[in-house]
Amino acid sequence: MTGAVAMTEEEALLFGSIEELSERLWRGEISARELAEAHLRQIERIDGEIHAYLTVVAERALTQADAADRWIARRRQEQGGPVDVRRLDPSERLVGIPWACKDVLCTEGVRTTCGSRMLESFVPPYSATVVTRLDEAGAVMLGKVNMDEFAMGSSNENSAFGPTRNPWDLDRVPGGSSGGSAAAVAAGEAVFSLGSDTGGSVRLPASYCGVVGLKPTYGAVSRYGLVAFASSLDQVGPIARRVRDCAIVFEAVAGPDPMDSTSAPGPVPAVLPTLEHGAGGVRLGLAPEYFGEGLSAPVREAVMGAVARLEREGATTVEVRMPHLEYALPVYYIISPSEASSNLARYDGVRYGLRRPGDDVVAMFSRTRRDGFGDEVKRRIMLGTYALSTGYYEAFYLKAQKVRTLIRRDFEQAFERADVLVTPVSPSVPFRLGERVDDPLQMYLTDIYTLSVNLAGLPAVSVPCGFSPEGLPIGVQIIGPAFAEARVLQVARAVEAAVADQVADRRPAVAVR
Amino acid sequence: MQERPTLAESRTAREGLPAGWEVVIGLEIHVELATRSKVFCGCSTEFGAPPNTHVCPVCLGLPGSLPVLNEKAVEYAVRAGLALNCRVAERAKFDRKNYFYPDLPKAYQISQYDRPLCTDGWLDVQVDGQTRRVGIIRVHLEEETGKLVHSTATIVGSRYSLVDYNRSGVPLIEIVTRPDLRSPEEARLFLEELRSIMLYLGVSDVKMEEGSLRCDANVSVRRPGERRLGTKTEVKNLNTFKAVERALRYEAWRQAAILEEGGVVRQETRGWDEASGSTILMRTKETVEDYRYFPEPDVPPVELDPSWVESIRRSLPELPSARRRRLQEAYKLPAYDASVLCEHPALADFFEAVARRTGDPKAASNWVMGEVLRLLRAMGMEPADLAGRETWVAYLSEVLALVRGGTVTASVGKEVLEESLRTDQPPSAIVRARGLEQVGDETQLVQWVRQAIAANPDAVASYRSGKEQAAGFLVGQVMKLSRGKANPKVVGELVRQELGPPGRG
Ligand SMILES: [Zn+2]
Repeated sequence: MTGAVAMTEEEALLFGSIEELSERLWRGEISARELAEAHLRQIERIDGEIHAYLTVVAERALTQADAADRWIARRRQEQGGPVDVRRLDPSERLVGIPWACKDVLCTEGVRTTCGSRMLESFVPPYSATVVTRLDEAGAVMLGKVNMDEFAMGSSNENSAFGPTRNPWDLDRVPGGSSGGSAAAVAAGEAVFSLGSDTGGSVRLPASYCGVVGLKPTYGAVSRYGLVAFASSLDQVGPIARRVRDCAIVFEAVAGPDPMDSTSAPGPVPAVLPTLEHGAGGVRLGLAPEYFGEGLSAPVREAVMGAVARLEREGATTVEVRMPHLEYALPVYYIISPSEASSNLARYDGVRYGLRRPGDDVVAMFSRTRRDGFGDEVKRRIMLGTYALSTGYYEAFYLKAQKVRTLIRRDFEQAFERADVLVTPVSPSVPFRLGERVDDPLQMYLTDIYTLSVNLAGLPAVSVPCGFSPEGLPIGVQIIGPAFAEARVLQVARAVEAAVADQVADRRPAVAVR
Repeated sequence: MQERPTLAESRTAREGLPAGWEVVIGLEIHVELATRSKVFCGCSTEFGAPPNTHVCPVCLGLPGSLPVLNEKAVEYAVRAGLALNCRVAERAKFDRKNYFYPDLPKAYQISQYDRPLCTDGWLDVQVDGQTRRVGIIRVHLEEETGKLVHSTATIVGSRYSLVDYNRSGVPLIEIVTRPDLRSPEEARLFLEELRSIMLYLGVSDVKMEEGSLRCDANVSVRRPGERRLGTKTEVKNLNTFKAVERALRYEAWRQAAILEEGGVVRQETRGWDEASGSTILMRTKETVEDYRYFPEPDVPPVELDPSWVESIRRSLPELPSARRRRLQEAYKLPAYDASVLCEHPALADFFEAVARRTGDPKAASNWVMGEVLRLLRAMGMEPADLAGRETWVAYLSEVLALVRGGTVTASVGKEVLEESLRTDQPPSAIVRARGLEQVGDETQLVQWVRQAIAANPDAVASYRSGKEQAAGFLVGQVMKLSRGKANPKVVGELVRQELGPPGRG
């Protein structure tokens, strides 16, 4: 092992990969209960500082862990001895593996707050399809993790329940809106997590927290049970410490869902078989539009460093152009608030969640919404309501949809020359808490490199590629054509291997001290 | 300009428009489709279940839930559109109509805005023997909302309101006509015709009292010959055929009265108030909501395969207009009979079955329009309940044969039919069991006739003084004595025989 960090048994449980832990579980060296308890202890020990979790469901987790142990025992009995992990059905990889769920995904019987006062008391009577799939795969859900309110934000500071802190530097943000999902995984509070990505919300926190985050193709993963922010952009994605782990989780949750008519038909694209094919012969597209003004030097160096290493392994680079990329931000900030204004209109105090009494029904609606939503959510609802209103619809929403088509076309043309695009995830390393809260425009620029991917509905992964001089993680984004998850993960895996000497086995101090 | 008319003016309103005005009416009709499950989830659409028992995360609009389109609802909407001679889109899409109301769980309704399923059709209506063609602008599919139950009559002033979401998500089509209707009566006739068509298509039970057929109207008035439309008002919540006609009559009169006095009609939404018999202001144009329509991102656009649309077109049943024509020609029925029988397909089916079985269409028509409809009402049933009742066809046919063959009188026949339908026993068995055969035996009849004459000296005197109709009264008395079993024709002859010619007192 490089890095030569001596690992205690506890650390081995907390920082093992899915495959390592799964192997130990199936060999009978550890039990799912032990593994879950180790994670619950870690949460107990450090989450006060990080605040990744909003709700910990220890009892539910231990029940699931015991069921996982019985599952393994039954299989061992059937086979008359330990199960050969290499010949294990991939669908049984997740048995007993502890995970953390972004609080935007509905979980039956477990409150689902979306980081909002509005839903502080909301306990859904059903689970999101992805949650059900992980339940059925035998994974162990530890709890629900923090997020920017209704997934709106880039820093996790918009949570109504207080910010999550970046495990690498507790004064800094973990990125958003899936900041809790990324921080929990980085700090050994979960083996993997699920987040949601509307404009970069999986990739940005993955980059800021030094973990891997995949935003799948729009439609590759069911959105049923994902509380909507912007329906045409939202996508559920896995976050893990290793590319292989991300791939395993993706395979487990992806695939068509009759409950979501925007989910893509056809079988789940297999991503594991080609994961180790390396970067040889891969054409890496570099668009100058991603490397212009505003990109910080450490990020540029780390990203270009990773590209150079891939080239050494046989990848080639081609220059591609993204002429409409500069419009991605304004287009995103018309379409996403428009959809959000409509999606969030249902929080009116009538049926669930917060209700503030009023003399009449309109007063009840408005007081509930005044008290239930935070500033950022209100800002976007107003933006969206304005953009959709009569007289402005053509000038804003409709025009934005047209430019969205042009951006999509830019990507299509780029993929005629390149297999994947390689870009930064964020212009800079994680910023300090409070640094951008009063400047929404500055905050919105944080997602400048990620949100065009959502506008085009493409798959993209953020994978760690280095550290800044002050020891903060930096990620690189690999973008692929629609449904090319296997390809982006293959390149991400190549990056992971290429920079292993710089990145692997570095862990946040708070997590291991 | 006063808002409410005085009582005297209301009376005028009932009589109709002042001379020299023309009313222009366009209708927006909502029809609930009779699919088994809702339009975006699998919940049952059954009417009358306990509140909030037919609900799920989707039709409650819970966070994270997503709509999945019910193809049957699309098929029904297309069926309706084709019957209204519409063009069916090759690609339609759904949009969100955003507004806040407690019965609207998502605070938006999934509807169709610029690409509805069906456009540009027409429907012919018979008005005073004339055919009037009414243009159909569009037929689109949308979801129903929930239902509010207030602690008092309206939401304003209610201490609390309860919401029942059983109807939430029931598929609904909205049919919008061109402003082609020229009188409140025309509007009602159009609506009645439309209702029949929906019944024939089997896409809705179109019960106004259950809200599965609802109507709003756009009304304006102008001087005849003027091409430009006057300022219109929208009259909402017209939930009976009678209300449609009354409300439109009132509203046309109200507008004309305003204009005659030199006033200006304001564009506004008005509601029909049954109690006062007038329309009342609901909201003015300034407060009309901005629905902020935009494409529904959760429901992919619908591609309508032309060959599928064609197969639906081919499967359309004979519609009421064609059936009326056929009934008149094939069974030599008067137009009136045909129109009554064709209002409901099950009624027409029933008639045809009886007519074919008895070979006597006019008798079948008379009995179906009279006795059968009366009995249905008395038994709390409706024409739809006739569907598939083969035994009823047999019973009525048998009764007709018994009457025709003189076994029973017509009045006994009616009694037998009622008992037969209620007890599900063949009429002949009832006649036998209760000894209801018509009595033609003269000895018995003469006995009854003499009894009647003896008991009614006044009538006898009246007859003798030349009043022929007194004989009819005596026949009636005999029928009573015989409990309907006497042969009225023979009785008539016997009465005259006993009394001699009238006026010979
Ligand atoms: Zn439902």
